[in-house]
Amino acid sequence: MYKVGVIGDRDSIIGFRALGMSVHDAATPAEAETLLHQLADEQFAVIFITEQLAESNLPLLRELRSRKLPAVIPIPSIAGTTGLGMFQVRESVKKAVGMDIFAQDEANQAEKE
Amino acid sequence: MAKRQVNPNRMELLRLKKQLVTARRGHKLLKDKRDELMRQFLDLIRANRALRIKVEQLIAAANQDMLLARAVMDSATLETALMAGKESLTLDIDTRNIMSVNVPVFASLFEVTGELEGLPYGMASTAGELDQAILALHEAFPVMLELAEVEKSAQLLADEIEKTRRRVNSLEYILIPELISQIRSITMKMDENERGNLTRLMKVKDMIVKQAIEKARALDVAQ
Repeated sequence: MYKVGVIGDRDSIIGFRALGMSVHDAATPAEAETLLHQLADEQFAVIFITEQLAESNLPLLRELRSRKLPAVIPIPSIAGTTGLGMFQVRESVKKAVGMDIFAQDEANQAEKE
Repeated sequence: MAKRQVNPNRMELLRLKKQLVTARRGHKLLKDKRDELMRQFLDLIRANRALRIKVEQLIAAANQDMLLARAVMDSATLETALMAGKESLTLDIDTRNIMSVNVPVFASLFEVTGELEGLPYGMASTAGELDQAILALHEAFPVMLELAEVEKSAQLLADEIEKTRRRVNSLEYILIPELISQIRSITMKMDENERGNLTRLMKVKDMIVKQAIEKARALDVAQ
């Protein structure tokens, strides 16, 4: 049985507690790093982490990326999205394709808006 | 590119030719693998982008509800209410095999039950806004899980594609050209030896003929 964890500032993540997820609040990036290390070695299948905290722990995220479990997924915090999640998606594309094939799409979308 | 020194003999040539055939076959296979991985990856990444946009919207909505709840309730009550539930959420994990990359498939036990089995706190001390916020999160959760699955799969596939591409390139641009040049240099060397041998034989034959002629002449003179 695997668990689902959430790491973030208290305000952003407290709601997930009501869904039965394992919620860990971290105020600083360093705390988040320790938590991430700890959760990664336990039976966690998915760890949601707020984008703000993910951003300051990118090296660790990259390290966990190639592991089958857990899946570390950045989510927007209460302050809104920083675009990190989408940035990571595009990074995957760059890695696989060798170039950002969605850059054009996004530019078009921005133009429309 | 540093060339490896090889012995120019027939056995070496046969060995290299065999190796070239294997390398070519491997190259073709890996190329096919890369193409198929890429096709799968592009499907996944499209889904990933769509899901991420959806999740970001859903969470933003839930956060707004939560903000409202915070506004009408004092934070102590809110936190006690939320912390009351237990960590009951567990996942079953299956793996799916995409071109021999094992990716996880998450099945939530919570999804099986369908509806949220009542809110984990009492109704008396909490505001309706909080219920709204939790329901919004509950709605977002299956999508988040799907996102997690797709995003992880896409990441693993991206890594595999990168690895495969490197292999393809190193075969195509390093190993195969090197083998070809080695084979070429061996054939050249062997041809050269062959020519050398031939000229030597011709020379020897000339010498023998010359000797025979001289012998015949000497005999003629004697007679």
